[in-house]
Amino acid sequence: MITDAQPIITTRFGYDDSHTLERYLATGGYEGLRAALRKPPAQVVDEVKTASLLGRGGAGFPAGVKWGFPPANVWPRYLVVNGDESEPGTYKDRQLMERDPHQLIEGILIACYAVGLSQAFLYVRGEMALAQERIAQALNEAYAAGYVGKNILDTDFSVDVVLTWGAGAYIVGEETALIESLEGNRGMPRLKPPYFPAAIGLYQKPTIVNNVETLSNLPWIARNGGEAFAALGAETSRGMRMFAVSGHVNKPGVYEVEFGVTTFRDLIEAPIYCGGVRGGKKLKAFIPGGASAPWFFEEHLDLPLEAGAVGKAGSMLGSGAIVVMDEDTDVVRACHRVVRFFSKESCGKCTPCREGTAWLEQILARIIDGHGRPEDVDMLLDICDNISPGINWPPRQTTICPLGPSAVSPIASAVSRFRHEFEAYVGGPVETTVHMTGAAYTASPREMAGA
Amino acid sequence: MARFTTENEAIAREIISRYPVARSALIPLCHLAQEQDGHLTDDAMQHIGELLDIEAAEVLGTASFYEMFKRHPVGRYVVNVCTSISCFLMGGDELLEHAEERLGIKEGGTTEDGLFSLEGYECIAACTEAPCLQVNYRYFHKISHEDFDRLVDDLRAGRRDDIPPHGHLHQTRQRIPAERAAGVARPDDGGQPVWLRDTPALQDSGSP
Repeated sequence: MITDAQPIITTRFGYDDSHTLERYLATGGYEGLRAALRKPPAQVVDEVKTASLLGRGGAGFPAGVKWGFPPANVWPRYLVVNGDESEPGTYKDRQLMERDPHQLIEGILIACYAVGLSQAFLYVRGEMALAQERIAQALNEAYAAGYVGKNILDTDFSVDVVLTWGAGAYIVGEETALIESLEGNRGMPRLKPPYFPAAIGLYQKPTIVNNVETLSNLPWIARNGGEAFAALGAETSRGMRMFAVSGHVNKPGVYEVEFGVTTFRDLIEAPIYCGGVRGGKKLKAFIPGGASAPWFFEEHLDLPLEAGAVGKAGSMLGSGAIVVMDEDTDVVRACHRVVRFFSKESCGKCTPCREGTAWLEQILARIIDGHGRPEDVDMLLDICDNISPGINWPPRQTTICPLGPSAVSPIASAVSRFRHEFEAYVGGPVETTVHMTGAAYTASPREMAGA
Repeated sequence: MARFTTENEAIAREIISRYPVARSALIPLCHLAQEQDGHLTDDAMQHIGELLDIEAAEVLGTASFYEMFKRHPVGRYVVNVCTSISCFLMGGDELLEHAEERLGIKEGGTTEDGLFSLEGYECIAACTEAPCLQVNYRYFHKISHEDFDRLVDDLRAGRRDDIPPHGHLHQTRQRIPAERAAGVARPDDGGQPVWLRDTPALQDSGSP
């Protein structure tokens, strides 16, 4: 369903000077901070809980609940802002950082006030030079104007927001790897437990790690209230949300739509959004939530962009990245391209991921090069099963973080749906082997996901 | 091939002062070294180690994890052509092939005049603008082969002074004026923040 709900966080994108303090103040900027500071901190937390704001980074964890995790009486607490956007297909946080940095800074301040966070670190992906520049400019302006730093708006609320930046590593988007990187180390995820940095995080202290888009929603929630936010969207997916639709559509773009009610078909086909598959072609497959997500097909188009419904159908909304493939797409090559990403970006800490993703990539490359053997497909699935036992959704892990299992999604999706394309490449029928458990690649994608 | 200049050492110390633990400045300092020298030299890592009070080997240990840090000289312009899934679907591979032909080098190579290095790159978050590329981490969206040729011509002719040499990222540095600084929160000196109480921080009754 296409609704007339108005955007929340992309409202300034139309202005050329949307990144400046002047424009920000002229369009309601820092009013959310004032509204928040007029309440006791605990009430601000309650507003965010009422809003049911889900984290927009990929895991979709409720932000208000996460804020409740720091143990009592352990200080200081830190905020780490995850601006390391790099999941293939995802293009939203960069826009929020480049085009409305003050909105993000205001969200950071509201979070720090509410949860009692003594210092904030805004970690921007290394490759995003303009986002770093805009944030540096915005912070310099905000410090000079008294919005950030000591005695904010002449109150006793004081917090520094420090711009920090990475140097090229996808895995640093994983929150414990991000903390490692911020501590000056190789960006490798930490062993769990502890499961939540909110308990033990940066410098072993309670640390809230929030995504850029998540925080960018806070000024609106502070101004308009949690109930107004929760009135938008549906079920477990409240508010508005940014989705980047790329690939074979007429108008690829980033659209902020009502979460939970807009469907994939709306986004892909409606003239006000993507206007259909390019050149009048048929849809072959689409990735509903970033490269890690199992693929969807035509029968999934009418699903709403709602976390629960998409999860039940066997995939995830992840980072709000939809990648559309038309009927002419060579799925074996597309599958290889996604797997290659995870192979390159594996940090090397866990053996099943370090070795497994590399083997998957090499076997797929061999198949594409015309040297594949029929048993190669079984081998792919066998390796997948070692990285993620049972090849199911949500995935089981033999690894510390979900990067390894993410390489399994495209293979399980492509082989289960387009077995004949693999058979054409390897020149023979593809048999499955008996020791592979689950129905992952013999059943339909819906069954594969346990739906 | 150098340690930090006096000016850059001052910038380095300012960056270090913002973190509760000095080592957190490691990545920003490696970027600063790369900005100074075009790539990350042994001498710079030695100097960074001294500033952070850790071994140079530890600096290398971290830096070698991150692909933006170049241990050897690269071209003045590092061209990253995205070939991840969205760009792959929209002609990213063909763009990379074209770039190889146009520059006369293979992916991973540097032109003899030291002007260009070329890399096939993973997703740079411009997926709706595919195919895309970066030159020294500045974005170029929806690049046709002709666009690419023009860009190369302009760079060769020195017509793109908006793109500084490799190593330079953001051109504005964050500055925290001393009188405005809240101060670092050291992990070992924590008390409950003063504003965290049952009453609002802002008591005025102005319009929201």
